[in-house]
Amino acid sequence: MGKYFLGRLLWMAPVLIGISLITFLVMHLVPGGPWSREKQLAPAVIENLNRRYGLDDPLWKQYVVFLGRTLRGDLGVSYIYQDRSVTAIILQGVPKTAAIGLLAFTVALGVGVPLGMVAAIRHNTWMDYLSVQFATVFAAIPGFILAFLLIYVFAVQLHWLPTGGWGKPQQLVLPAAALAALPTAYIARVARAAMLEVLGQDYIRTAHAKGLAPAVVYYRHALKNALIPVLTITGPELAALVTGSFIIEQVFSIPGVGRLFVQGVFQRDYGLIMGSVLFYAGVIALLNLLVDLLYSLVDPRIRFG
Amino acid sequence: MKEARPGSASPSTQGASRSAGIYALGFRRLTHNRLAVAGMALIIIFAVAAVFAPLLSPYNPVKQNYDAISEGPSAHHWLGTDQLGRDAFSRLLHGARTSLTVGFFTQFIILGIGVPIGILAGYLGGRIDNLLMRGVDIVYAFPDLLFIILLRSVLGGGIFMIFLAIGLVAWTNVARLTRGQVLSVRQEDYVTAAVALGGATPWIMVRHVLPNIVGPLLVLVTFAVPRAIFVEATLSYIGIGVPPPAPSWGTMIQDGYTLIFVAPNLVLFPAIAIGTVMLAFTFLGDGLRDALDPRISRGRA
Repeated sequence: MGKYFLGRLLWMAPVLIGISLITFLVMHLVPGGPWSREKQLAPAVIENLNRRYGLDDPLWKQYVVFLGRTLRGDLGVSYIYQDRSVTAIILQGVPKTAAIGLLAFTVALGVGVPLGMVAAIRHNTWMDYLSVQFATVFAAIPGFILAFLLIYVFAVQLHWLPTGGWGKPQQLVLPAAALAALPTAYIARVARAAMLEVLGQDYIRTAHAKGLAPAVVYYRHALKNALIPVLTITGPELAALVTGSFIIEQVFSIPGVGRLFVQGVFQRDYGLIMGSVLFYAGVIALLNLLVDLLYSLVDPRIRFG
Repeated sequence: MKEARPGSASPSTQGASRSAGIYALGFRRLTHNRLAVAGMALIIIFAVAAVFAPLLSPYNPVKQNYDAISEGPSAHHWLGTDQLGRDAFSRLLHGARTSLTVGFFTQFIILGIGVPIGILAGYLGGRIDNLLMRGVDIVYAFPDLLFIILLRSVLGGGIFMIFLAIGLVAWTNVARLTRGQVLSVRQEDYVTAAVALGGATPWIMVRHVLPNIVGPLLVLVTFAVPRAIFVEATLSYIGIGVPPPAPSWGTMIQDGYTLIFVAPNLVLFPAIAIGTVMLAFTFLGDGLRDALDPRISRGRA
């Protein structure tokens, strides 16, 4: 099994190199560069800047230089923020992106699992129907759209919460809620289906028959097995959450990695673009690996060959 | 020899009639699914709005009227006007055009890339399969929205470039599904029979393999349409969608957002429109999936 995960970990290297190569080529696909501004710079100035940042080298050489630097943890210089390295800028954005993501994920698990459980235990009652409806609707509506509806209700109408920004705890509520809705819905759906299946098993009937309290049967016997399918979708969910956070950051003006990426794209700041893409791709790859690892720990029946 | 003849005719006719049966049955099941029917009805309404937008719009969606700036809903302007005095209802109708156009036409690019790659990988197998699927893995590992934004900002251009940017990233699911279906179909006796009869590989793919993947692909595409609509709205929201002044729901949200405390309707209606379209397609997709393959449980697509 260790061999399997080592293989998976090693496979991340070609994936990240492939992603960086594609990103690199796409960035350099069209003429122009970070110096194409509305106010034209003198050709001599551009030439000097290009030489200073190595942009006059052939593409393959630029890529090799970039790759070598990146392996040492140095993502190069930002053209927008001349005073700081891309690594430093990205590292400044990471805690913000991570905070919202983790908060949203905690909410998704904390609401989704109980919702699915209750729906399954009270199968075919109004509680079940309500939670199924909830899951169907929120699984289809993107967080981006929900964000505006939340802003309208809680910021514009009720004046309870701010429309955005960063620094105060109440500024976390709306972005986290907008981001959490979709995974909550999926987790509730999967938890309900899994719980329903487990509740139909013989050992649950036995547990009930020997007179155990229903709560004990549900929590000690059923929940553990029902959580396995939930864990399976956790990886893709977390990954979707991480990428989804970038547009939420945009809507709520949160200075996370997603905002840096958008800034980089608009200003053609190669370093920022590459840094944020690699951050997202790396996080997604790691999360998927982590979930697979957890998966095999939780369910001893699963063996990766 | 005599016995071989009916055998040689039956694989193709049998395949055709069986798939026709599945679709007829599937359609009947679909019409019994209330949510799916509701989804279809909503999609038809939006499609009518999109097609007949110029006829239905009371105003020109891009005409600015400085005598009616940021007005609330009224008898003249049902949904009010934006900060340039443009009629929000007319813009909403024309926005449906943009959204549905991107939603549908992107699918041709997704299918155009995904299906051939999936078929090639699944049918040829071996090294080519390995190479293609590793490529799929890499594109799949890409944070898709970021890549689309990057492509879009580099490609520039009009609405076609939006189809292309989304299509170049979103084809991996189609390729994976197609490959999987091809792998299972090629084990079927009628494909073995067609090969034994000396059928050329391209002919076998078109005649026997393609009809079998139409159903699952249809389901996948139904889920990919709202995804493309959402991506277009996102692109327009951050300012790199359809070039202005063409109306798009994403652009309307972005334009209206600065006025959210003054005229929230400018944000609300396009947001609700996007949400409704996405719900409609999801309902239809869920219904189609259940109707075409009753074995699949109601999990995630």
